[in-house]
Amino acid sequence: MNTHHHILSVKHCSIIFGTLLIFTLLTVAAAHMDFGYFNFPLAMLIATIKASLVVFYFMGLKFDSTENRVIFFSSFIFLAIFIVLISSDVLFRKADVYVPHNEIFNAKKFSSEEVPHD
Amino acid sequence: MYSDTTADQEEKNNYLNHSKGIKSWLTSLDHKRIGVMYLFSILIFFLVGGIFALIVRTELWGPTKTFIDANTYNQAFTYHGTIMTFMVILPLIPSAIGNIILPMQLGAKDVAFPRLNLISYYVYMSGALLAVVTLFVGRVDTGWTFYTPYSIRTGGATILVLAGAFLMGFAAILTALNFIVTVHKLRAPGLTWSKLPLFIWCLYATNIIQMLATPVIALTLMLLTFERLMGIGIFDATLGGDPVLFQHFFWFYSHPAVYIMILPAMGIINEVIPVFSRKTIFGYGGMAVAVFGIALVSFVVWGHHMFTSGQSETANFIFSLITMFVAVPTGIKMFGWIATMYQGSIRLDTPMLYALSFLFVFLVGGLTGVFLATLPLNVHLTDTYFVVAHFHYTMVGGAIMAFLAGLHYWYPKFVGKMYLEIPARIGCVLTFVGFNVTFLPQFVMGIRGLPRRYYDYPPEFTQLNQVSTVGSFLIAFGLLWTFLFLIISAYKGPKAPRNPWGANTLEWQTSSPPYHENFETQPIVTKGPYDYHS
Amino acid sequence: MSHTQTTPGKHHFAHHFKDAHHEFDSCKVGMWLFLLQEVLFFAPLFVAYSLFRSTHPEAFLEASHLLNWKLGAFNTAVLISSSFTMALGVNAAQRGLHRKTVKYLALTILFSIIFLIVKYFEYTHKIHAGLLPAGMFSHPVQHDKTPIFFSIYFMMTGLHGIHVLIGIGLIFWIMMRAKNEEFGPEYFTPVELVGLYWHFVDLVWIYLFPLLYLIR
Repeated sequence: MNTHHHILSVKHCSIIFGTLLIFTLLTVAAAHMDFGYFNFPLAMLIATIKASLVVFYFMGLKFDSTENRVIFFSSFIFLAIFIVLISSDVLFRKADVYVPHNEIFNAKKFSSEEVPHD
Repeated sequence: MYSDTTADQEEKNNYLNHSKGIKSWLTSLDHKRIGVMYLFSILIFFLVGGIFALIVRTELWGPTKTFIDANTYNQAFTYHGTIMTFMVILPLIPSAIGNIILPMQLGAKDVAFPRLNLISYYVYMSGALLAVVTLFVGRVDTGWTFYTPYSIRTGGATILVLAGAFLMGFAAILTALNFIVTVHKLRAPGLTWSKLPLFIWCLYATNIIQMLATPVIALTLMLLTFERLMGIGIFDATLGGDPVLFQHFFWFYSHPAVYIMILPAMGIINEVIPVFSRKTIFGYGGMAVAVFGIALVSFVVWGHHMFTSGQSETANFIFSLITMFVAVPTGIKMFGWIATMYQGSIRLDTPMLYALSFLFVFLVGGLTGVFLATLPLNVHLTDTYFVVAHFHYTMVGGAIMAFLAGLHYWYPKFVGKMYLEIPARIGCVLTFVGFNVTFLPQFVMGIRGLPRRYYDYPPEFTQLNQVSTVGSFLIAFGLLWTFLFLIISAYKGPKAPRNPWGANTLEWQTSSPPYHENFETQPIVTKGPYDYHS
Repeated sequence: MSHTQTTPGKHHFAHHFKDAHHEFDSCKVGMWLFLLQEVLFFAPLFVAYSLFRSTHPEAFLEASHLLNWKLGAFNTAVLISSSFTMALGVNAAQRGLHRKTVKYLALTILFSIIFLIVKYFEYTHKIHAGLLPAGMFSHPVQHDKTPIFFSIYFMMTGLHGIHVLIGIGLIFWIMMRAKNEEFGPEYFTPVELVGLYWHFVDLVWIYLFPLLYLIR
């Protein structure tokens, strides 16, 4: 019966462990150099590589059923939906949506605002 | 049909008589008993929430004070909302009816993790009691939405209610997990995905929403708790945070939650309509896909609750547009049900009467939802009685009507007795009429601009408010009547046969009430759930 | 499935499953579902983080430099090591090596306690310096959104820390059962599931480390 189960050998465990440590050093090193705009994407790329190693090998998702893969990765799809749609609000707020309290009833201000999708 | 000895055997081995005593119920791992415990607990909370509804409606009999002061009124609608959403409608169909029916429709002996199922029940109960206990120690007046910044500043035992909602959310997640694994792994031989009853499909989609959305509200309520305890400031503008972010987090859960309430209701309608029309459901595949369409779209429309919150215009535009798409799969389902009834041999038993009420009420609720999704109209209608009427038409009209349809439909299976047909039909008519008398005037009041949640109102609204209040007492009377006769039926009703409705799904193949382990022998499925002509 | 027998040894699968493998598979699907909800449980914090960071990058830069990245890096290594010993523990349990299982699980607990001790020193340092959630923040800073970073920092690491604590409890529980020689090639479901949970805790930290400590 245990032929169904994939056992990650000690050797493979150690290789993954070593790689994870190397990538940890890499992410620290990368953080001490300036890549300008790419600082953040690079840090996330390294983290994602490390996370993938953990998920696919330590957690054995590489040898697991499609069912479990679909379950786990669908959570990230919904995380993405969450972030993207909230960004559509937070990153697109106009500064003057929050008018100071004493100007709220200032009709002139509102009439000068362009009305979108009319 | 069955010899006496079989009948005796059934009587002795059914789940109600399998073991005796209150302890054997409280520690039972049998999904049917846990479902029954859920049912009773939820109905008690339903009664409490209903009493608060009547308090609110009575207070609104006339402008200004009728019999309670404004603060008590705020607390009354908060408790009505919180109890009805978190404790009643959310778990009502999945945890109570679903718990009993889902494993039986799958031909399984139990859910995948029976012990987890019992734990979920106790987690739910402790959460619910924690929230109800605040009635006696510092009442809460935030409304069920807990909007910041008011919920950070107001007094009362808000944290206890938050903790209660957190626990109930956790229970819902565990139940959903349990059901999903059950559907994946414990289907009877021959019961392929394409032969699953649509009730299962609906519960399955509901559970997926539960798994994905509930954790978000759990953490959000936790953050709000810390906001109150130590001022973390994420939702507090005075500390540099963003109160609108709370609304985003809240509705990321609470909008899908609306579908957690309505999808199982649709599932029941899916079962009832083919059985009482003696016809195969129209467009099985389309109906199943539509369920998942609704579930998916439910995650991308939450911003339509926030059109006037200060959300960006870009977001308003996007959310308004996507919200329209909800109407497509919902429309598919409505047309599917109507097409199923077309040229069927329709029997107007009580479950079918409730299902027809559902179709009417849900149509009104759904269409007014499209009004509200329209951005310019929404700005006018936000936070008016129009919204109140709209979501009562979907949540109460939708979920409660369908729940009553399901309760009468499966009553013979749960109890082993038939309900008394004539009083049940009278109860249905009373509830349906009362419901419309209560909420139709609220549409009118809303369009005329009466804001919701207000203690006082201009005198010209008095008449409509009084009609609404009379209606609410009619609903209460109808529901009490219905449940009274359901209790009487348990003693006086005629003995139920195995399959009183001639339905095809698996739960009708076992005795009524079912055996402790559901079936005498493992059922094997050879035909679809709605094949009435083969 | 064709030649099903009751499992030899102490464990008997529950009556509603076909065989032990069926039970194992079901439990594993359940665990992955649980991890799916865990991702969404952490989601609001990550969302809040990304929104505040994208609207106030300068405050996050300032705040991040108030954290000690060396301690963060050390803890990352510690947690990865604990994940490694956990994987070895699962491996030993699968092969029925009882003493090795216990040894590796004990090592995992040791690493996670080291993690918590480092965390404790980090927290006390922050508390003394007044680097607290926004409402109690009392450290001189240049940007007025910097305190929000610390709110998010404490919520994220705190929630992660609670997961570590629960993990220690769970590992201790399976270690005791491993001591009773309950696990072997036929039955190691609890070890496998706790392993999945523990790797997930590691996974969260892999992202928290660059997000909180290494902003530039």
